[in-house]
Amino acid sequence: MYNFEFEKPGTLADAVAAMSADEAQALGGGQTLIPTLKQRLASPSVLVSLSGIGEMQGICMGDQGEMCIGGSSTHASVAAASGYRALSALAGQIGDPAVRARGTIGGSLANNDPSACYPAAALASGATIKTNAREIAADDYFEGMFATALDEGEIITEVRFPVPEIAHYEKFVQPASRFALVGVFVAKFKDGVRVAVTGASEEGVFRWSEAEAALSANFAAEALDGLTVDAEGMIGDLHGSKEYRAHLVNVITKRAVKAAA
Amino acid sequence: MSKITMTVNGKAASGDVEGRTLLSSFLREDLFLTGTHIGCDTSQCGACVVHVNGVAVKSCTMLAAEADGAEISTIEGQAAPDGTLNTIQQAFQDHHGLQCGFCTPGMVMSAAALLKENPKPTEAEVRHYLEGNICRCTGYHNIVKAILAASGQEIPAIAAE
Ligand SMILES: Cc1cc2nc3c(=O)[nH]c(=O)nc-3n(C[C@H](O)[C@H](O)[C@H](O)COP(=O)(O)OP(=O)(O)OC[C@H]3O[C@@H](n4cnc5c(N)ncnc54)[C@H](O)[C@@H]3O)c2cc1C
Ligand code: FES
Ligand code: FES
Repeated sequence: MYNFEFEKPGTLADAVAAMSADEAQALGGGQTLIPTLKQRLASPSVLVSLSGIGEMQGICMGDQGEMCIGGSSTHASVAAASGYRALSALAGQIGDPAVRARGTIGGSLANNDPSACYPAAALASGATIKTNAREIAADDYFEGMFATALDEGEIITEVRFPVPEIAHYEKFVQPASRFALVGVFVAKFKDGVRVAVTGASEEGVFRWSEAEAALSANFAAEALDGLTVDAEGMIGDLHGSKEYRAHLVNVITKRAVKAAA
Repeated sequence: MSKITMTVNGKAASGDVEGRTLLSSFLREDLFLTGTHIGCDTSQCGACVVHVNGVAVKSCTMLAAEADGAEISTIEGQAAPDGTLNTIQQAFQDHHGLQCGFCTPGMVMSAAALLKENPKPTEAEVRHYLEGNICRCTGYHNIVKAILAASGQEIPAIAAE
């Protein structure tokens, strides 16, 4: 690991100031960043820990019935929260207990790993990603594998999730990494169904609009019969071919609908 | 370099660390508590699990500076001062929950965290909780048995007797 300075500000304002340093990088739970540093794939000059900022902690229900989660909330704290069961269940399936004790929602969404779980929940729920500078709708936030709308130095301070009538996240686990080989989050709102798929596409998390249309008309697994996603553009690796992942998208979406209904 | 102070197994400990110093390096190389093992570079094996303020974390995936002011327990703090093993350690011995022993410190620390949270786990819950602890030797069955025994439960017939 290359060396760096370590800072742990106590307020968001101090963190934003610290992030303006050349080559400064935010440190959430470190569950992605520290392994990356060990491989010398990142060489920040300063790591700005976000774990000591009170304003970025805590989970509560907002005025519109949405769940508001501080950007530094750990996966374990989201798993233990009540108010959005499918989201808590998703958080409880990330990695293992030690990863959940440290890893944070802000870190996961900032990283936007193509196989990560939270991006599917944020996109399917139509969440709002709040930063120190602005609010970003999930539909405008994810910009492909490891790419997001965040600017240099921007910090995710909170994520707000509208709570659907019913929802479920179905994860087909890649047994070595425990990330999603394919994961599907299905969320049924009063005005329609949203379906977000992670783990499958080379473009990262995506909404499967054909499935959304079919499920909005009839929220039943059979409504997905015959629907397919194109294998072109899917991830193909030693864990599964493009065709296998494309096939799994339909299978896992059906399972998610069955479990939600 | 910055100075950090923490409580490790009930005793005050302090030292000067670089930004990049991992909690595992601090424990092993500064405090000479080499019971915390390093089994991988990818945060996947769990051999390095310790408790930070009562919660199981991978000490190889936490900066020492982040643990400034924290209470840490490691495998060295598990047995009584006279060397008498604690219930979990004794159960690992009784049920052959270890072979080479490399994963064992992490297994014991994870098991302790599990039993604190869930004193009577089912076999499935034990296996689920240990997803981040890899053992190359035992095939896990005897580890699961040991943890169930340590929780004071009957040990069910588990495959591969
Ligand atoms: C063994 C293992 C298994 C895992 N399994 C899964 C899994 O099944 N599903 C899954 O989704 N993930 C999994 N993960 C990843 C885990 O969820 C990480 O916690 C998460 O990806 C990153 O969150 P973090 O808080 O640890 O961020 P860090 O590692 O600290 O940071 C990640 C990136 O985000 C940036 N960042 C951090 N916080 C913020 C913020 N608030 N605002 C802006 N930028 C920020 C950092 O600068 C860095 O670029 C696993 C990790 C491990 C080690
Ligand atoms: S050494 Fe920490 S997880 Fe492998
Ligand atoms: S006993 Fe050898 S790795 Fe577990």
